[in-house]
Amino acid sequence: MIYWQLFWTYCKIGLFGFGGGYAMLSLIQHEVVEKHAWLSAGEFTDVVAISQMTPGPIGINSATYIGYTVTGNVWGSIVATFAVCLPSFILVLMIAKAYQKFSSNRWVNYAFLGLRPVTVGLIASATLLLMNKENFTDYKSVLIFFIAFVLTKYLKMHPIVMIVLAGISGLLLY
Amino acid sequence: MNLYWQLFYTFIKIGAFTFGGGYAMLPLIEREMVVRKKWIDATEFIDRVAIAQSLPGVFAVNISILAGYRLKGNKGSIVAALGAILPSFVIILLIALFFRQFNENVYVMKIFKAIRPAVVALIAVPVFSTAKEVGINIRTLIIPVAAAFLIWFWGVSPVYVVLAAAIGGLIYGKLKSDKSTPKT
Repeated sequence: MIYWQLFWTYCKIGLFGFGGGYAMLSLIQHEVVEKHAWLSAGEFTDVVAISQMTPGPIGINSATYIGYTVTGNVWGSIVATFAVCLPSFILVLMIAKAYQKFSSNRWVNYAFLGLRPVTVGLIASATLLLMNKENFTDYKSVLIFFIAFVLTKYLKMHPIVMIVLAGISGLLLY
Repeated sequence: MNLYWQLFYTFIKIGAFTFGGGYAMLPLIEREMVVRKKWIDATEFIDRVAIAQSLPGVFAVNISILAGYRLKGNKGSIVAALGAILPSFVIILLIALFFRQFNENVYVMKIFKAIRPAVVALIAVPVFSTAKEVGINIRTLIIPVAAAFLIWFWGVSPVYVVLAAAIGGLIYGKLKSDKSTPKT
């Protein structure tokens, strides 16, 4: 059943998504695009773009959007959004009585010795997965990619401004 | 206004006015919770941020649950999380309703054709900044490279990569601490 699949998928994303929004992308993409084919790679990129231009975390945004598109009604959004938050609730309530102990726990620190460098790989894989034919249709796409990269990384342009500029360039170029 | 409403309202504000995800929310959360409402002090705030970062899931939701729990227990955590989620939930739902009618429009298609590669660039940038932050060097470069290849090239689920990373970290940390504290 589709609601159960949505619920289980977003529980997994909530439970194994480490290292913030960008690091969660490859996990979301793996589940949503490759495993369940709920969205195409291009549509998934559009959801990321919309997430960047609207307030709120990508984990919630993708759950709400995909929940709706997959089921065609609001309940899909509610189920997916609830599911992505559920592991957080359970974990917080579990450690609630031992906050300080948890953050200074040496086993937690050890695990992060491995998780921290892998976060970089997770973000890199999200980038590589999105470098596909759907997102890069011609040489103009490649050009836009490099210009956007330089604007964001070196000139520290705000992501929203950069996406708006890219959108305008699309009207002019295509 | 009772404390539940204040929690709910405060996290709605935080959810509605922060673009770019959890970490962008931090200064606003700190201003609301520590400076304006004085719900918790600065040191406790930093501790809680550290815990929210160590937990999996959506960072903004984690920090709202922790803050709500601190003030009003289980019910407080639900109220705060609902507040943090609600703005993006409503906005994205409206977009999901309307975007699907517009994405056949020729101008919208042109716009998104150019936005797609730009978004890929947006995700490529934090690869380098995060690498610097976590201190990746020539010796440790193999870890992110291997992780990226497993997921991208071999289609391994990131779930296994995350599990392997945590287990690898545990083993490495244990071995290192055994070495530095010789048995008597």
